[in-house]
Amino acid sequence: MTQRKISGIPATSPRIDQVGVEERCARFTSRSIKSTTKMQGLHMVLSMIDLTTLEGADTEGKIRQMCYKASHPHESIKGLPATAAVCVYPTMVGVAKKALQGTGVNVASVSTAFPSGQGPTEVKLADTKLALDFGADEIDMVISRGRFLQGEEQFVYDEIAMIKELCGKKARLKVILETGELGTLDRVRRASDIAIAAGADFIKTSTGKISPAATMPVTLVMLEAIRDHYFSTGEMVGMKPAGGISSAKSALHYLVMVKETLGEEWLNKDWFRFGASRLANDVIMQIAKQTTGNYQSGDYFSKD
Amino acid sequence: MAGKEKKESGLWEYSPAPESASIGKIAPKYGLFIDGKFIAPAKGRYFPSINPATEAKLSMIAEADAADVDKAVKAARKAFGSWSRLSASERGKYLYRIARMIQERAREFAVIETLDGGKPIRESRDIDIPLAAAHFFYYAGWADKLEYAFPNRKPKPIGVAGQIIPWNFPLLMAAWKIAPALAAGNTVVLKPAETTSLTALKLAELFSDCGLPPGVVNIVTGAGATGAALVNHKGIDKIAFTGSTDVGKIIQKAIAGTTKKSTLELGGKAANIIFEDATIDQAVEGIVNGIYFNQGHVCCAGSRLFVQESIHEEVVRKLKHRIKSLRVGDPMDKNTDVGAINSKAQLETIQKYVRLGKEEGAEIFQPSCNLPDKGFWCPPTLFTNVSQSHTIAREEIFGPVLAIQTFRTEAEVIAKANNTPFGLSAGVWTDKGSKIFNLTSKLRAGVVWANTYNKFDPVSPFGGYKESGFGREGGLHGILPYVQF
Repeated sequence: MTQRKISGIPATSPRIDQVGVEERCARFTSRSIKSTTKMQGLHMVLSMIDLTTLEGADTEGKIRQMCYKASHPHESIKGLPATAAVCVYPTMVGVAKKALQGTGVNVASVSTAFPSGQGPTEVKLADTKLALDFGADEIDMVISRGRFLQGEEQFVYDEIAMIKELCGKKARLKVILETGELGTLDRVRRASDIAIAAGADFIKTSTGKISPAATMPVTLVMLEAIRDHYFSTGEMVGMKPAGGISSAKSALHYLVMVKETLGEEWLNKDWFRFGASRLANDVIMQIAKQTTGNYQSGDYFSKD
Repeated sequence: MAGKEKKESGLWEYSPAPESASIGKIAPKYGLFIDGKFIAPAKGRYFPSINPATEAKLSMIAEADAADVDKAVKAARKAFGSWSRLSASERGKYLYRIARMIQERAREFAVIETLDGGKPIRESRDIDIPLAAAHFFYYAGWADKLEYAFPNRKPKPIGVAGQIIPWNFPLLMAAWKIAPALAAGNTVVLKPAETTSLTALKLAELFSDCGLPPGVVNIVTGAGATGAALVNHKGIDKIAFTGSTDVGKIIQKAIAGTTKKSTLELGGKAANIIFEDATIDQAVEGIVNGIYFNQGHVCCAGSRLFVQESIHEEVVRKLKHRIKSLRVGDPMDKNTDVGAINSKAQLETIQKYVRLGKEEGAEIFQPSCNLPDKGFWCPPTLFTNVSQSHTIAREEIFGPVLAIQTFRTEAEVIAKANNTPFGLSAGVWTDKGSKIFNLTSKLRAGVVWANTYNKFDPVSPFGGYKESGFGREGGLHGILPYVQF
């Protein structure tokens, strides 16, 4: 993985027409995904999931169980891929790291006073450093939405750049914009451009802690920011919609959107992720249905 | 991705998702629908209707001559008496019933429209058929409110309307014409285009099934000669025509000196104007929808694109990237974006213009796509380096071909946009409201879309200036040509 280059904040960002974005999204959902395309897509979705638990009530046991699920999604179906990563709080990184040793599944840690981002920069840096010391492969940071909405773009940019520097070559950095708090698609685009300029390896929609989380229009606007960056620099940036995508069908619509907006180079776990907890089971259920022809009760699939 | 010149291949291709052709029940042979019955044409002549995507024959269609047209007009005249005297709310009920039955049979209509005309099933299913039903619903509502539509003017029907419709939106154009005519108490003789008669004939079956009195709508099929017989028939009170400017001029000549009223909706060469302050990604989407919708067989297609010079490179790059992801091929596949060209003759016309574009020095771009061996196909095409004097910027191509020019100032683009014999539609893309108002008041076009394109609604009148014709269809304006005071 080559290191992202860092540039200054772009002077302006393109304007976004919400009506047009919603119309385009409706076209993605009208694609008919059948037979081999569907099966291949479902496997792809599973391999792109960051299996997530971010609760105050998380225990080491729960983390270990989830890690097993991530590396062995459903033993009775052969050939299922492992998920891309698990996503946990910094304090749980050590446990997850140990549980996933040798599986190829990454450990992602949220940081920077997740989910609100309401902490001094020093705390955010310390938070991130802790996660890295525990061995996190990926850092999911949140931006300071308050500062961004006040117009302090340089502050937001600097924070991202500092965290990025800390990650160095050890971990890939995902930058959470928390789009549900940004209010307009114009701001989503602006925040995307700032995060990309500051060195984000991935841009990510949401913490999953507030509603709305990931939506197709928000994701499309972010994908377009990634595409424009690629057009002007030749450099790829990853995308992670998170929160709110719980059905396999809607996950497939996201893949259609990525394919038709960015191209197939982005259709793998290096460049596209789903942040989700319930999605994995629905995908496995759909794969089972495609294989056996029958839907099985949810009780046949482990919930952890 | 454009930058890498890598062909989109194999990684995650959409599997075929064909709609079932068997849903469309097509008889091997269709007669003329006159006085509520299907009857054989006087001379017994039939012509084939083919599927332009496969060139396979779908059915044999009757060819009406002057004697058949005469029969149809007489049936319409006979029915006019009772239909025009029927209480307005009863007429409205018939129209509501037709609208509901179109909805009930929507899937069959969509399948036949796609088989017969080559348009993608996605479009016939999501646009043509629902809009056709919407037009009947809309005019059904006006039937018993005409007194309020034209207060103190006592609107009365005109009589028998001769209606001639094109092949690009067969059922929808039939609905645009039939619904307001019937709502106002007129009777109709309709001639569909010879390459796409089937949905009009299915509509005739629907009229029978819903109990519409015989003779209120008659459908005569055939080519130009049948249309001429209809236009020249003395028993016709009004001609409504949608089609080419050339034929429109012939009709004008033919009815000169008669008392026949007329409305003509003819060709277009719409300017789609994109300013540097536009929301570019959404504008690109609108440009694609404006020119590649229905293979560009749209009279209001945004076939001339004017891009402000500062964003020319970006817009062209994004357009090229976008049209690479358009799927061209089997119209019955639910994932097809661009279907088959309607006929061999039309394909040859388009190819002639593409050749002219290259010869006159414009730069062509077509994405590589695997086109089927049989059928009539043209990939989405765009030309850069186009001048205002190039043939492809002046004449209507009626295909998926976009001619791109640049401009610097508002005054310049208004002058260029209006410098055409046509004036049907235009599009403006800018984030600035004042600019929209300035342009919409200065562009000489019947419809001007702002930050969108090809949006249709029964409530909104549609029609042209100059060689794009006169008269309006849709909305309250659409009833006016069918009433007298």
